[in-house]
Amino acid sequence: MSDTQHLGGTRIGVITFPGTLDDRDAARAVRLAGGTAVPLWHADADLHGVDAVVLPGGFSYGDYLRAGAISRFAPVMESLVDAANGGLPVLGICNGFQILTEAHLLPGSMIKNDGLAFLCTEQTLTVENATTAWTRDYTQGEQITIPLKNQDGQFVADEHTLDELEGEGRVVVRYAGVNPNGSRRGIAGITNAAGNVVGLMPHPEHAVESGFGTAAERGPRAGTDGLRFFTSVLGSLVRA
Amino acid sequence: MGRVVVDVMPKPEILDPQGKAVAGALPRLGFTQFTSVRQGKRFELEVDGPVTPEVLAAAREAADRVLSNPIIEDVVNVFDASDEVAAV
Repeated sequence: MSDTQHLGGTRIGVITFPGTLDDRDAARAVRLAGGTAVPLWHADADLHGVDAVVLPGGFSYGDYLRAGAISRFAPVMESLVDAANGGLPVLGICNGFQILTEAHLLPGSMIKNDGLAFLCTEQTLTVENATTAWTRDYTQGEQITIPLKNQDGQFVADEHTLDELEGEGRVVVRYAGVNPNGSRRGIAGITNAAGNVVGLMPHPEHAVESGFGTAAERGPRAGTDGLRFFTSVLGSLVRA
Repeated sequence: MGRVVVDVMPKPEILDPQGKAVAGALPRLGFTQFTSVRQGKRFELEVDGPVTPEVLAAAREAADRVLSNPIIEDVVNVFDASDEVAAV
C-alpha cells in the first residue's frame, strides 16, 4: 500500500455544533491534506472510530453565556474529553479553541479583543513548538501567514499558568509583529502537556489551497501555510 | 414562584474591554463623574415554589460550574430574589 492510500484511510472527524461556520472548510482541508473527513454531530456521543478530531470555528450557540461555554456540554464532548485524555489528536480552531478551554482540555480562556473590533486579517505567526501532533511538518521558529478572524480572541490566563506554558514549551504559535487582540504574551495557540490537543485562534483551514489562500510572493491568494497542520496529524497517525 | 439571582463579574485583574468602551462613551453624553465601568452578568433562575436552601445550593453549584468561568470571572452574589418578583 502506498503512503497516499495509507493517508487516505486516515479518518479525521470534524464536529458541527449549532452555529459552527467553518466545518466545511475544515473538512476540505483534511481532504486536501490527503485524509478522509468524517462529519461528527454535536448531539451524537459516538466518535465513529475517527483517528483525530477537529473542532472548527464559528459562533456555536451564538457565543451565548461565553464563547464555547454551552457547546462544552454537548453529548459529543464527553466522548471527546475521554478520547483526548487517552491521546486522540484534537485541534480546536477559534471557537473550537474556546470550547477546548471551557472543557478544561486546555488552560486559560478568551475574552473580547482588546480593541473591541471583530478582526479579519491575514496574520503572521511564529511556530514555537513543531513537535505537537498538529505541527510536526513545520520547523521551530518558522513564520507562517494564515487568516485570523475573531471577536473574543484575547487569550488570558494567570501568570503562573503562562509561566508554566512557556516553561514547558506549550506555546505552539505566537503572533509575530503586532499583537492583534491583546492576548497575553502574544499567544495565538497552545497545546496540552502530551502534545495531542492543540488550540489555535487563527484559521489554518482557510489557507490550504493555492488560489484560495493568503497573499503570498507567488500570487495574491497563493498562500497555503495552513495545510501543514493537517498533513502533520496525518503523518503523526501513520507513524503511530 | 421563587427566583434566585446570580451575579457574575469579570475578575478584577482581568481587563474588561466592554466596560472600558462604556466608560469611554459616558463622558460623550455628559456623564463625566464616572471614573471606571465594569460590565458583568445577572442571571435570574426561576423555580416553582419557594427558594429553599437546596434550591440556593443548586444555584450556587450552577453558578460555579456553568454560569461563570473561574479563569476570567467571579460569582459575586447568589441570593433569593423572590421578593423582587412579588414587588413587580
